Amino acid sequence: MSSPVSQFKTDATAKAGDLRHRGLIQTALRKYEIVRDVRKGAFQDWEQARQSAAETKFFAINHLDTHLVEFAEKLEARGTKVHWASTASQAREIIGGIIKQKQAKSVVKSKAMTAEEIHLNPALEKLGFEVVESDLGEYIVQLREEAPYHIVFPAMHLTRAEISDLFHNKLGSPETHSPEELTMIARDALREKYITADIGITGANFAIAETGMISVTENEGNARLSAALPKTMISLLGIEKVLPKLEDLALFLPMLATAGAGQQITCYNTMYGGPRQADECDGPEEYHVVLLDNRRTELLADPEQRDALHCIRCGACLNVCPIFRNVGGHTYGTTYSGPIGSVITPHLRGLQDWKHLSNSSSLCGACTETCPVKIDLHHHLLHNRRNASAGKPSVLERLAYRIYAIAVNTPGFWGLGKRIGRLAYPFARFFSGTIYDPARAWTKTRDLPPMPGQSFKEWWKERNR
Amino acid sequence: MKVTLFVPCFMDACYPKVGISIVEILERLGHEIECPEEVVCCGQPAFNSGYWEESRVICRKVLKQLERAEAVVIPSGSCGAMLKVFYPELFKGEPEEAAANDLAARTWEFSDFLVKRLGVTDLGAKFEGKATFHDGCHGLRELKTKDSPRRLLEKVEGLELVEMEAAETCCGFGGTFSAKFPMISTAMGEVKCSSANETGADWMVSNDSSCLMHLQGLLDRQGNPLKTIHLAEVLAQR
Amino acid sequence: MVEGTEPMSERERILGRIREALKGRAPLPGHHGEVVENFAGPERETFSQWLPAVGNTKKAKFEAFAKASADLKTDFRHVADEATMIRELRSVAKEEGWIKVASHHTDLTDMACGKLGLPTLWTDGGYDVNEMESCDVGISVCDALVAQTGTIVLTSRTGGGRALSVLPPHHVVLAHSKQMVRDLPAAFALLKERFGDGFPSMMTLITGPSRTGDIERILVLGAHGPKKLTVLCHD
Repeated sequence: MSSPVSQFKTDATAKAGDLRHRGLIQTALRKYEIVRDVRKGAFQDWEQARQSAAETKFFAINHLDTHLVEFAEKLEARGTKVHWASTASQAREIIGGIIKQKQAKSVVKSKAMTAEEIHLNPALEKLGFEVVESDLGEYIVQLREEAPYHIVFPAMHLTRAEISDLFHNKLGSPETHSPEELTMIARDALREKYITADIGITGANFAIAETGMISVTENEGNARLSAALPKTMISLLGIEKVLPKLEDLALFLPMLATAGAGQQITCYNTMYGGPRQADECDGPEEYHVVLLDNRRTELLADPEQRDALHCIRCGACLNVCPIFRNVGGHTYGTTYSGPIGSVITPHLRGLQDWKHLSNSSSLCGACTETCPVKIDLHHHLLHNRRNASAGKPSVLERLAYRIYAIAVNTPGFWGLGKRIGRLAYPFARFFSGTIYDPARAWTKTRDLPPMPGQSFKEWWKERNR
Repeated sequence: MKVTLFVPCFMDACYPKVGISIVEILERLGHEIECPEEVVCCGQPAFNSGYWEESRVICRKVLKQLERAEAVVIPSGSCGAMLKVFYPELFKGEPEEAAANDLAARTWEFSDFLVKRLGVTDLGAKFEGKATFHDGCHGLRELKTKDSPRRLLEKVEGLELVEMEAAETCCGFGGTFSAKFPMISTAMGEVKCSSANETGADWMVSNDSSCLMHLQGLLDRQGNPLKTIHLAEVLAQR
Repeated sequence: MVEGTEPMSERERILGRIREALKGRAPLPGHHGEVVENFAGPERETFSQWLPAVGNTKKAKFEAFAKASADLKTDFRHVADEATMIRELRSVAKEEGWIKVASHHTDLTDMACGKLGLPTLWTDGGYDVNEMESCDVGISVCDALVAQTGTIVLTSRTGGGRALSVLPPHHVVLAHSKQMVRDLPAAFALLKERFGDGFPSMMTLITGPSRTGDIERILVLGAHGPKKLTVLCHD
């Protein structure tokens, strides 16, 4: 198996030159930008809203212990079973155990990136359970046997023609290029699953400490059905999802929708706080909430980057990221792609194996500028680079910077360097772009910059002689 | 005013005309210029690659050399951001912390210096052609330099300024990124150039030569007739 | 409980790691943020001032709700009185050719469904899911309407359970104009006031009919939930 870095470089190189992919993603995200700007403009003060959201999450995360205890106790008081999982494998065991105990056959699942993170579906399938993704985009990528392309738009890399072919091959539906008809094919295929499923699994967008409720944001109604019909409901969420107060949703729901999809608020925002209560007519008999750490506490232990736990997974930083827009979501090889993925993956999966994601950035800062909770994303990429170099420096690169430091700190050396450069320049041009060219990384696609006969400093010296 | 001009390393070697243009402009405005011989590089390449200790070796020298400068002017948003934003971070908790904060306060990106410090927008420049402005990311997002270059360009006689859709989108240079991930960098450059082409502009102007070095290299290779030029060179023409 | 695990111990381990991690103080959000002692948290009373503006008169609120509904493709009808609302309901039933409806018992829904005169599945006390799936519409009341976003607020206790408003292909909400609140902060304040002593197991904000944009970011209504949402509100 290739290492994460070589896989990334290979895939990135291929995707960056794939003009069809570029066109598809640029078009989709331009549409997003237009509606997002309309929705942002409707806020009386988007910047102040960001500040308030950042402060709310800051408070939530920096008192995470008390908020989690409050959240769990309130849930338990309403008859919910709260499970704590330090690792991905513990979370898989807990969920697998519940399903086994219920002697369930089929599981209907609504979109949950945390479930992707712990590779829940393959684990459950190995135990012999059928798991059906109910979000349309997730259903499409599940049929294709691939990972979601984007944390909010899982199937944005596919055209309707490709989806039509997929449904035709896997479901035997007639071919159609109408998004409406394709959606109805999925709706019909999934209806039966909801009604017969024994277990419904959801993720959560927020965990309200004050009331002991999770909040699920969606547009399709699939999560609501997953939480209404099966006899057992399980919600899997990371410990960082907390918000202190119920009314915090008044700010976060519209901000999540605006930043994530250019909607004022999504179609369904639902809070769940327990199984069916005595005075209620439906809902699951059992409700389980699984709280997942999976190295989030390691990120918490880094005060400099702790704000990365403020993330509400809106995907806005992916949408504006010129790297993401050119290499696409799958290239990252991670659950969380784009800028937030490049920041947190080294913490969740090891800095030295994933530092290339922090290097693969022009540090343009579009992500930080758009983040609704003001995570200092692009500066954290710098921090990851610093930490990676400090932990395991590249001997060559460090040597190069040491020599460079001497060169620029010694005027004679710098002047000599320029003269050598000018002498070498005609030869460099001769080899330019060929495999013999040491600057091939540059010259393969770009001409060399000019090298005039007199530098600025030489001109200045001559003038003031 | 005595202005200390810091022409960054690659501009010194590859784009001397930018520095010369600034000397002309500032002298015309009646200011005295000095260019310390020993200030060459801001230390950003090592800093951005994560080699902060190696970067500090360079930056300490810059701090020392510019210790007594009244106003430091840099014709690059990127190198300007290094001095103004990242020196304070690089030297946080180090003996030079106060000096870094002090230098940051005295440092100006060239267009901001003209517009915000000197209060000048009309330099009597003449430049024929249709131009679009590329916002270098560091200038735009670290220094919040958005209006200054546009206010200067609006006053240039004969120049028609048109905005491109992707004005604020990164060109893909990103320092060592352009060599470490050349194909991503190239794709980003292509997106930028095609947005500039859509405006029908003859020129892409920027206050950052590093972006333009990458973009011009790409345009030349692809035979694209669009030309790039630094803001200072436009403003110096009469 | 899952056999062989001790949930308490894992809970304590995680909380222990959190407490250890939080010993290091984080700077406030933003680049070069300051480390402050005892940050008091956000000023929640300001949230309304940042969110989209809505006037506070009845007229302004109904205009905002109507505009949001038009954007969302919610069929919103604001009528003078209860009798007109029933007429509207009957005309929708006729247009859509309803054969069977699902609802829950309240004074308003009892009366409305009585006037419709169609076979009715009542969710109160439990129901058969397959039977609800065969209903043409779910008719419910709500806890509030939110002018700012065109949102309907209802709960599992007050809105006929969890499935009534999402399983049938059409959801009809019967509301009184006094239920209109100005914005989202007001809606959450109302939920807290009404249920603070014991929250239902589900509370939901419904904003328009079910939708998806998962295929080429093109909007399609009725992804899994109702394709149609009708809000009938009387003075």
